[in-house]
Amino acid sequence: MTKPVGMEVAVAAAEAVALCNIDVAACYPITPNTHIAEHLADIIADGRIDAEYITVESEHSALSAVMGASGTGARTFTATSSQGLMYMHEILPITPAMRLPVVMGLGNRAVSGPINIWNDHSDIMLQRDSGWMSIFADNGQEAVDMFIQAFKIAEHPDVLMPINVNMDGFQLTHVVEPIVFPTQAQVNKFLPPYKPFASLHPDHPVSMGTLGLPEIYTEAVKARDVVLVNAKKVILEVWKEWEKMFGRKYEPVASYKTAGAEILLLTMGSMGETAEMAVDALRKKGVKVGLLKLKLWRPFPYDEIRKAVRGAKTLVVTDRAVSYGGPGGPVCSEIRAALYDQPNRPEIVNYIIGLGGRDVRVEDFMKMVEGAPKAKKSGDDYQIYGVRE
Amino acid sequence: MSTLTVTPNYATGVVSNFDLFAGKLVDREEYFSCGHRACQGCGEALAIRLMCKALGKETVIANATGCMEVISTLYPTTAWKLPWIHVAFPNAAAVGSGVEAGLKVMRRKGRIPDRYVKTVAIGGDGGTVDIGLQALSGAMERGHDMLYVCFDNEAYMNTGIQRSSATPFGASTTTAPAGAASPGNRTWKKNVPEIMVAHNVPYVATACHSYPIDFMNKVKKARAVKGPAYIHCLAVCPTGWRAESKDCIKLGRLAVETGIFPLYEVENGKYRLTVEKPEKLRPVTDYMKMQGRFRHLGKEEIGYFQERVNLEFAKLMNKVECIQSWDELKG
Repeated sequence: MTKPVGMEVAVAAAEAVALCNIDVAACYPITPNTHIAEHLADIIADGRIDAEYITVESEHSALSAVMGASGTGARTFTATSSQGLMYMHEILPITPAMRLPVVMGLGNRAVSGPINIWNDHSDIMLQRDSGWMSIFADNGQEAVDMFIQAFKIAEHPDVLMPINVNMDGFQLTHVVEPIVFPTQAQVNKFLPPYKPFASLHPDHPVSMGTLGLPEIYTEAVKARDVVLVNAKKVILEVWKEWEKMFGRKYEPVASYKTAGAEILLLTMGSMGETAEMAVDALRKKGVKVGLLKLKLWRPFPYDEIRKAVRGAKTLVVTDRAVSYGGPGGPVCSEIRAALYDQPNRPEIVNYIIGLGGRDVRVEDFMKMVEGAPKAKKSGDDYQIYGVRE
Repeated sequence: MSTLTVTPNYATGVVSNFDLFAGKLVDREEYFSCGHRACQGCGEALAIRLMCKALGKETVIANATGCMEVISTLYPTTAWKLPWIHVAFPNAAAVGSGVEAGLKVMRRKGRIPDRYVKTVAIGGDGGTVDIGLQALSGAMERGHDMLYVCFDNEAYMNTGIQRSSATPFGASTTTAPAGAASPGNRTWKKNVPEIMVAHNVPYVATACHSYPIDFMNKVKKARAVKGPAYIHCLAVCPTGWRAESKDCIKLGRLAVETGIFPLYEVENGKYRLTVEKPEKLRPVTDYMKMQGRFRHLGKEEIGYFQERVNLEFAKLMNKVECIQSWDELKG
């Protein structure tokens, strides 16, 4: 294990991807994922890894190109944000349908309009149902670890599915943190070379991406869903293996000071660290509060969520995206769905916060927790927090 | 490949070294098998079969969504004996870029056998000249070692004969129908081969299945190019053109003989007609009268069509006669 080095998280993410010895990367620039794409290009240009970097003319082509490369059996990577992810949308569901284990770095960002380059989770939430595995990093160390884990999860023979690693734009991608990198030898041991089930080569011709008539389409959809649901087992195995090797623990729902908690806060992404400070402050004031950090978004960890909220009276769910005209934040609607049939479920309060890069401070979390009983009484399914009216 | 080279002499109109037995030299192996679901008389399916023969086994195909993908890969069947991938409608060139990069790096790293395998991206006119033009331009500009072949049947035939920007002037389509207030499609066909020439790719050609040896020669030539190459193949669609299935080959020949779709290649910037230039182009009506899509056209529209064909052909001949290759310019 090496010593911690101070590094910008996006740059560290590129270093992590390079440690995975990728074969092909295709990226189109968009803020705030740019530094991942740039630094990876640097690494390849310097010959530190032997890979092809395709300077595509759009995100649509970026994902298309990595899919073509992945089809040949290459280990592939792309990165994007916001409108870029939206521009990939057409291709996103085709990647899991073709069982191509592409890894994507996402510097999460608000979507237009109004145009806004700062962080929230609107981009990934709009692509929620495209069949990709989706994990969220709290901090730079988690981002680095998750990229290496991502290749192993995606390329597992029982999975062979694409995965995106989410990092909050700017709040995470552009901050400098002390990061511990595994050595190349450790990564090589952890992550064996990708062995495709089938690949594009004249020695064994295959047809990929064929036409599915109504007789077969439903079965194809079901097969994909089954694989994605079952992928959780592999994710847990990989995280267990990581913990054994590197000592850092990963769980679908991480908990902080939840023992005896009557109120639980739930966050996803980099807000978790701020929320921890709020929990510390509230605990000092005698409020029985704890924190849940959702790291696995797809496949959704139903069992873990149900277990984690047991005993709590109130669950305050924070969302960083709006499902317009819908049930509130997308995270909260998943949680509600997960808990609906449960006996003694906590009351759920949903706050939508931190949109388009607006700061979420310790005090905001404290206010949300303290205001939860009132918010519940108001009868609203959700509140957009901190709106100036 | 050199055995099949055709060198016409424009002055005399004589093809000097055309091998009469060229047809017998064509690979007997089929890489695009029978049993697919194309319409009767489909020029495109024939063109793909010819292309595959010319490409041979060491090839990977990236296919855009369109007729050819639909008719050839109904799961669990496939007509392709070559490795083949389809992702979506606009991105065959981008997928091909990735395939090319993947094969290159995997070969370099010793993960696949160290043999040259050609990447070929194919699409119809919709997937090439309209929605896929950006990806095509990107792939050509980046210089991937890849051949792109456009099979141009002059409309979105797969979805029911809607107009594309490759649809000829005056053709009636389901989205540019002829009616009391409209002559059908009002615009002239977009000249994508010329757009590809402007990308400075080493090899650009037009082709048609009705000239199989010429087409296969071009595919072989393009295959040998190290870098990007583009072939625009006119593919007769009897269904969409409202023509008889039996007239497929004849229509392809008439498109060439009338000068509507001249067959030429542009090698390192140098233009060359590959099929002997007729003494006099046949009137466009010879081509039009066999197709229902032009049935409604009056004298005025046909007159405009003829005039424009003459002009376009003259422009092309101007280039054939005047433009020097890059090597000559360096000279």
